[in-house]
Amino acid sequence: MKYETVIGLEIHAELATETKIFCGCTTRFGGKENTHCCPVCLGMPGVLPVLNRKVVEYAVKAGLATNCTINRFSRFDRKNYFYPDLPKAYQVSQYYYPLCEKGYLEIRGTFGSKKVGITRIHIEEDAGKLLHDAEDGSTLVDYNRGGVPLIEIVSEPDMRSAEEARLYAEKIKSILEYTGVSDCRMQEGSLRFDVNLSVRPEGSNGLGTRTEIKNLNSFRALVNAIENESARQVKVLESGGEVVQETRKWDDVTGKNTSLRSKEEAHDYRYFPDPDLVPVVLDEEYIDRVKRELPELPDVRSRRYVEEWGLPEYDAGVITASLPLASFFEECVKEYGGDPKAVSNWVMGELMRMLNEKGIEADGIPFPAAHLAGILRLVDDGTISGSAAKRVFTEMFETGEQPKVLVERLGLSQISDEKVLTEVIKRVMDKNPKSVEDYRSGATKAMGFLVGQTMKETRGKANPALVNKILKQLLDE
Amino acid sequence: MITKREVEYVAGLAKLALTYEERDRFTEDFCGILEHLNRLDSLDTDSVEPIACILPYNNVFREDVVEPSMDGEKVLENAPDSLNGCFRVPRVV
Amino acid sequence: MYHYMTAHQLAEEIRKGNASASEIARSAMDRIERLDPEIGAYITATGDRALEAANRVDERLAKGEAVPPLAGIPMAIMDNICTQGILTTCASRMLYNFIPPYSADAYERLEQAGSVLTGKTNLDEFGIGSSTQGSAFKKTYNPWDLGKVPGGSGGGAAAAVAAGMAAFALGTDTGGSIRQPAALCGVVGMKPTYGRVSRHGLVAFASSMDQAGVVTRDLRDCALVLNHICGYDPRDSMSANVAVPDFRAGLGEGIKGFKIGIPSEYFGEGTEQGIKERVQEAVKVIEGLGAACDEVSLPHTEYALSAYYIISSAEASSNLARYDGIRYGYKAEDYTDLEELFVKSRSQGFGEEVKRRVIIGTYFLTSGKLDVYFIKAQKVRALVKADFDRVFEDYDLLVCPTSPVAAYSDQPAGKGDGHPLNTCLPHTFTIPASLAGLPALSIPCGFSEGLPVGLQFIGKPFGEEALLRAAYAYEQSTNFHTMHPQV
Ligand SMILES: [Mg+2]
Ligand SMILES: [Zn+2]
Repeated sequence: MKYETVIGLEIHAELATETKIFCGCTTRFGGKENTHCCPVCLGMPGVLPVLNRKVVEYAVKAGLATNCTINRFSRFDRKNYFYPDLPKAYQVSQYYYPLCEKGYLEIRGTFGSKKVGITRIHIEEDAGKLLHDAEDGSTLVDYNRGGVPLIEIVSEPDMRSAEEARLYAEKIKSILEYTGVSDCRMQEGSLRFDVNLSVRPEGSNGLGTRTEIKNLNSFRALVNAIENESARQVKVLESGGEVVQETRKWDDVTGKNTSLRSKEEAHDYRYFPDPDLVPVVLDEEYIDRVKRELPELPDVRSRRYVEEWGLPEYDAGVITASLPLASFFEECVKEYGGDPKAVSNWVMGELMRMLNEKGIEADGIPFPAAHLAGILRLVDDGTISGSAAKRVFTEMFETGEQPKVLVERLGLSQISDEKVLTEVIKRVMDKNPKSVEDYRSGATKAMGFLVGQTMKETRGKANPALVNKILKQLLDE
Repeated sequence: MITKREVEYVAGLAKLALTYEERDRFTEDFCGILEHLNRLDSLDTDSVEPIACILPYNNVFREDVVEPSMDGEKVLENAPDSLNGCFRVPRVV
Repeated sequence: MYHYMTAHQLAEEIRKGNASASEIARSAMDRIERLDPEIGAYITATGDRALEAANRVDERLAKGEAVPPLAGIPMAIMDNICTQGILTTCASRMLYNFIPPYSADAYERLEQAGSVLTGKTNLDEFGIGSSTQGSAFKKTYNPWDLGKVPGGSGGGAAAAVAAGMAAFALGTDTGGSIRQPAALCGVVGMKPTYGRVSRHGLVAFASSMDQAGVVTRDLRDCALVLNHICGYDPRDSMSANVAVPDFRAGLGEGIKGFKIGIPSEYFGEGTEQGIKERVQEAVKVIEGLGAACDEVSLPHTEYALSAYYIISSAEASSNLARYDGIRYGYKAEDYTDLEELFVKSRSQGFGEEVKRRVIIGTYFLTSGKLDVYFIKAQKVRALVKADFDRVFEDYDLLVCPTSPVAAYSDQPAGKGDGHPLNTCLPHTFTIPASLAGLPALSIPCGFSEGLPVGLQFIGKPFGEEALLRAAYAYEQSTNFHTMHPQV
């Protein structure tokens, strides 16, 4: 029997605020343990939370950018459970009245394009960090991250493959980057995925028992975990077993996917409205203002590239997916002034290749966009050949030097001086009277040989177009 | 009505351990309390909005401006057990 | 000789130079040393600090410098209010060693006003109780009869003020923890409107009702201290950003033309005869002062106690969850894993009544029970508030007993023994105003079998001025506030 995988994602994103959600402590990543803490984010007796205004603005932005309804009334609830990383023994979240609901995103891939529903986006606080590397084998608690504002974006179970889940997650990431809602530094854990996954016989529309895989913080982990878990569930079912509803853990290093039923005690979080916080009530005017402040979003930008600049759908999609890459591309187009398509060929080709090779993100491109524009111009005005341009680019990626400088240093500039070329060509013709004869007696392909010889003479520096032109003239005399 | 098992379950959620004597006594007390509280059922409250916050306030915010945090020693001053500037707990996997 | 002087009298003496702040502080500390072994009002006495602070006041006066209005006035602080650098235990083993690195807003304001801290007073653990017999450290007894309880949870504060071991005290009132002990100890106790005083630094019991208030020996002091603790505080989302008048200004204007409601529900069979009589006499006096008093009805009063029990226990179960033995306070000695660290620390750190409330409060919030109990109680809370809103359309104030019972002996289990909610029963008449967030105060209105009786005034939201004015008019036409226990 063939099986279909049903996937829903819960994405936690740390907001790009300066301070924590309920206190003035910095949200800066890292720092010595427990030095970004105060009585409020340590949950000390008698101190109280006051909501960071920016948190609401960012959450509304995220909601608008994902086609959500922004609820005029939302409120905070306490999610009660004991864990060392949770200083108050409850997490302040939005359970009964979330800020955003009923949104969707469109994703495009090998399956074509489809909508993924967004159930809700709510605000909550992050927990502290547990460190397990203490010399005495104990666990140490660092509350620097405790109280950092998060939004949790909950999708509908609309995805059917790891590819769809990856595209959806990437789309969320780029939207959060474009809107400046989150810096999405995945290596710092500021974007984390929880996967809800079940499988069912293809064609059936009932849902199978689902498992949850928590805290995946790279796209690779997301894809591997999904493929691994759906395979596991299919195996269980095919061997006549039953999938157990449980939370599972994906280990990116070992590639293992293990049950995490550590917490034996039943989960009853006893959600109730937090009596220390007042409701958030938003009016049209506020929401319109935030809407006006929204930047151009990836889809819109992608469409612009296709319609105004004639980029292929695919290229436009790839370039706009990453805000820094799109910004680099646009600046390069501006600097270059020529055909954007030529620029996108370089970006999609050489640039992407080097970035992947070096494992560098688009925000780490080691030279300014103007440099790439420079290379394109040098090719256009015939200073260098296309192949030379690639060498310059590779070198430029290493050193960040100006293309002109590199062309000099590598001695790659072409000979485009007609006098000089004419002399070289005459010499070549004198050395190869046979070929000249052949050509003149109609065997025109002999010309190719002479061109080759000319290039050899000039060690490849001759401007091919000119060589052809001049040689033809001389032969046809 | 509440059973001994329910009392033990709820005490567990609250991370409290009861002796058998306490459990039995609490269960008995709670039964009496719940019975008394059930008088509230006689009130028709279907059309009543529950009050979570007695003040009519909305939208109380602070600005997103960094304030100094506590210095590390102060954070741990009241900590029963600490190591390397962190709070220490038994190993959790 | 200073111990029964009121705060405004002492301030006057100090300003005139008839008394030095250090003399006054010393006399307060001497009194504590002499009386507190029997009364048990203080958990921590801060004599040395008090004397230092007092000396600083005297030095400034000697230099002819101006001093703040409460300079040199000895004050006691209930021990669930955070005082930076000073032990703050909430009368719980759980916080037996907790020294907060911050101070409550109300305490900061009083310090800035120059008051001198005599110590931290006893209470029922975390403010949960009505007898001050539920402290992890000691019991507090009633200065009027050491065989009787002082009420609670703020019995230490009330007893300290009643026995002249402080000129006034700062406490918290969630369901009556200031007003009811004030009544039982024959002093003035006031809880302002919810939001008037910042909750910053008050260790939470039931957040939606916790409110700081004062215990004083007369109304003028009540107004004086109130002037200093009220005011907006951005650290508390519930803090009211409203102007704070000089509460003393209108005190003397009398109550001619006031319309005062007397809620009949407060005079049922649960109320002791002696208390009914004193309160009815007081109503006569008030009428004599030119106020019109009519019987009114607050029909949902009988449900208030149950609603309060549910809401306060549920909120407490969450507020007290942070005491897990990791960041501060008591931690169990022997444990093998995290679960044991949590369970043993909490089971050993909390006393019986707190455990009882935390467990049943947790139950009220569990799925399936939330609507039946917690949400239901929040709806009943709305009905109780609606009762008040309705009568306040026609009346300026309400007058009623503060407590259905006078001070009682706690042997074996005290008044209301056998009643399922016996630990809350003495707060039956203070709870409704707490649920509605209204300002309310208790002042002495005589004695029943030799024990003080409290008269409660309940006002409109932020209507403290009318409240104080009426209570002052009554006080000035009686002499109960000048009577002190024989200790
Ligand atoms: Mg969450
Ligand atoms: Zn903080």
